[in-house]
Amino acid sequence: MSDSTNTIETFANQEYKWGFVTDIEADAIPRGLSEDVVRLISAKKNEPEWLLEWRLKAYRHWLTLKEPEWANIHYPKIDYQNIIYYSSPKPKGDGPKSLDDVDPELLKTYAKLGIPLQEQAILAGVAVDAVFDSVSVATTFKAKLHEVGIIFGSFSEAVKEHPDLVRQYLGSVVPTSDNFFAALNSAVFSDGSFCYIPKGVKCPMELSTYFRINAKDTGQFERTLIVADEGATVSYLEGCTAPMRDTNQLHAAVVELVALDNAQIKYSTVQNWYPGDKDGKGGIYNFVTKRGACRGVNSKISWTQVETGSAITWKYPSCLLIGDNSVGEFYSVALTNNWQQADTGTKMIHIGKNTTSTIVSKGISAGHGQNTYRGGVKILKSATGARNYSQCDSLLLGDKCGAHTFPYLEVRNTSAQVEHEASTSKIGEDQIFYCRQRGISSEDAVSMIVHGFCKEVFRELPMEFAVEAQKLLGVSLEGSVG
Amino acid sequence: MALLEIKDLHATVGDREILKGINLSVNAGEVHAIMGPNGSGKSTLAQVLAGRELYVVTAGSVTYDGQDLLEMSPEVRAREGIFLAFQYPVEIPGVSNMYFLKAALNTIRKHRGIDELDAMDFLNVVRDKMQIMKMDQTLLNRPVNTGFSGGEKKRNEIFQMAVLEPRLAVLDETDSGLDIDALRVVAAGVNAMRSAERAMIVVTHYQRLLNEIVPDFVHVLADGRIVKSGGKELAVELEAEGYADLYEEPEAVGRV
Repeated sequence: MSDSTNTIETFANQEYKWGFVTDIEADAIPRGLSEDVVRLISAKKNEPEWLLEWRLKAYRHWLTLKEPEWANIHYPKIDYQNIIYYSSPKPKGDGPKSLDDVDPELLKTYAKLGIPLQEQAILAGVAVDAVFDSVSVATTFKAKLHEVGIIFGSFSEAVKEHPDLVRQYLGSVVPTSDNFFAALNSAVFSDGSFCYIPKGVKCPMELSTYFRINAKDTGQFERTLIVADEGATVSYLEGCTAPMRDTNQLHAAVVELVALDNAQIKYSTVQNWYPGDKDGKGGIYNFVTKRGACRGVNSKISWTQVETGSAITWKYPSCLLIGDNSVGEFYSVALTNNWQQADTGTKMIHIGKNTTSTIVSKGISAGHGQNTYRGGVKILKSATGARNYSQCDSLLLGDKCGAHTFPYLEVRNTSAQVEHEASTSKIGEDQIFYCRQRGISSEDAVSMIVHGFCKEVFRELPMEFAVEAQKLLGVSLEGSVG
Repeated sequence: MALLEIKDLHATVGDREILKGINLSVNAGEVHAIMGPNGSGKSTLAQVLAGRELYVVTAGSVTYDGQDLLEMSPEVRAREGIFLAFQYPVEIPGVSNMYFLKAALNTIRKHRGIDELDAMDFLNVVRDKMQIMKMDQTLLNRPVNTGFSGGEKKRNEIFQMAVLEPRLAVLDETDSGLDIDALRVVAAGVNAMRSAERAMIVVTHYQRLLNEIVPDFVHVLADGRIVKSGGKELAVELEAEGYADLYEEPEAVGRV
């Protein structure tokens, strides 16, 4: 084997740097799932009756569903009775009243992850809701956001303080019956973030949620609900990490976005759940349902994701383009290394007139990684003048990995314009040699080519995240060059 | 001491021996042309000098500026001043020509202990060189060689050479695929780089390039060996007579 080939392989063998465990006492319920467990979770959260009923309805429906098998991913059957559905760091006293009351162990954990929960600290322009296992442990800048009427905080809190808003929008984009994992989430979801931007308000800072799984054998089931009222604008980021463990852990989240007339939501994700070790042992199973509804005219929802973690990723952030002239966007970089598998993409459903959507998907496969793009563009009869542009590129590092593309197109209106471009390329030994002949090391060559490949997507990320995403890819490919 | 000293160099690809004992000495300031028929080993020699791992050196030595060249990785050779103008320049989609070349120049400068250039200084360096090569500035913002015509690719190689200022430039079939006008531009770029400190090895199948880049020495490569060496007139001779008899006169080896 030549140096260049080794280089590519080593580039793919990075170490996971967020794999530590926080030693903190947890309040966990016994393993397994039943109506009693659903009731127990609801009771632990002191939820109103309507929400319990909502959960139970979801649970009963879930019992009738089968785990989907159509995705291009392979994994041993998940034993849903062997998962702990609720675990929270044990509160000291009545739970934190303010950031000063948050358990220092938790603050340390987030500091170690580079997410300081002190408002004066580095990420001063970003409000953070920190979710640790099943609960939100802290939210920064709440007061400042409150001044302009923005509601941002944990889901549980929102249920108590803004029940009407929650009830109005919860499940309105992703119904409890939507799919197997969404139904499961609806039954057992424990916390998450809620955000409401009132009419005409441009959110003055980036909002973000940082998800951390810590407890063993626990599933994380959180929900995020973001509502941008007429003319409102918000940019929201989420990040995720988990400790390194030999066993697989399930993460099944639901994200719902609602954009009313002239509202804009930009939703960015840097997903870095533990991907498993180099032999494919352990790692997070990430089965996530994300969907946004552009309900109002001229509304816009833009998804940007950088998916580098998880043993399995099953995720299709989608847009329902209902309002006339509404816009949906999906920008994605998905990296699969070692034995990771990703089946990810988007669905753009054009319903309103002159709706437009853009899809840019970049898949990078290394090691034995398998990367699948699955995309659906549907133009309904009502969507006169609709347009879609899709671009779907795959980059292969080495010769044991795979890239797959499944684009689905359904056009029912003859005035629609739909374009699809796709490419597959491989970082070749000749490219690396060319760079080396100009003095550039193999490692720098690979990272230069990978960054070049991703830059259209990175451009879409908010500044702080773009830098983080670049670093993450760099780390992910560190040492893959001989 | 010669800048480059090749002694009894043997190299194989797979289990096929391509270079079967090359001897060549190149001094700073000299331009050597290597001619020969297809399959004689010209491009292999160029690639071996640049350090391509595909070729395995089985015997012989190469000394560059007093150091063992064969011990150096390709990137170290480049940083030490060896430049290969590729016969088939590689496309690198997504990486702009400018970003690529700036990265290359700065690695080389760093290796030589010179300050790295910022974007503005780099642009100033590049502008002059582009004019010499009659290159359109928009080429800088396009991905490396991607969608370039054959002529643009070759021009880009010489442009890179002009920016990186090597001590030993190896030009592999730089004339192939060029029409006569493009050939003249490329040759002018190369000639502008000739200097007392710099050596060049020009690998070509045809004499027409050597009308434009006039060499100090011409060597004829056949079946992995240099079978004839001479001055620039040897190229003209070959053009008239072709390479055919070279194979029938093995005793000509080493004779000038």
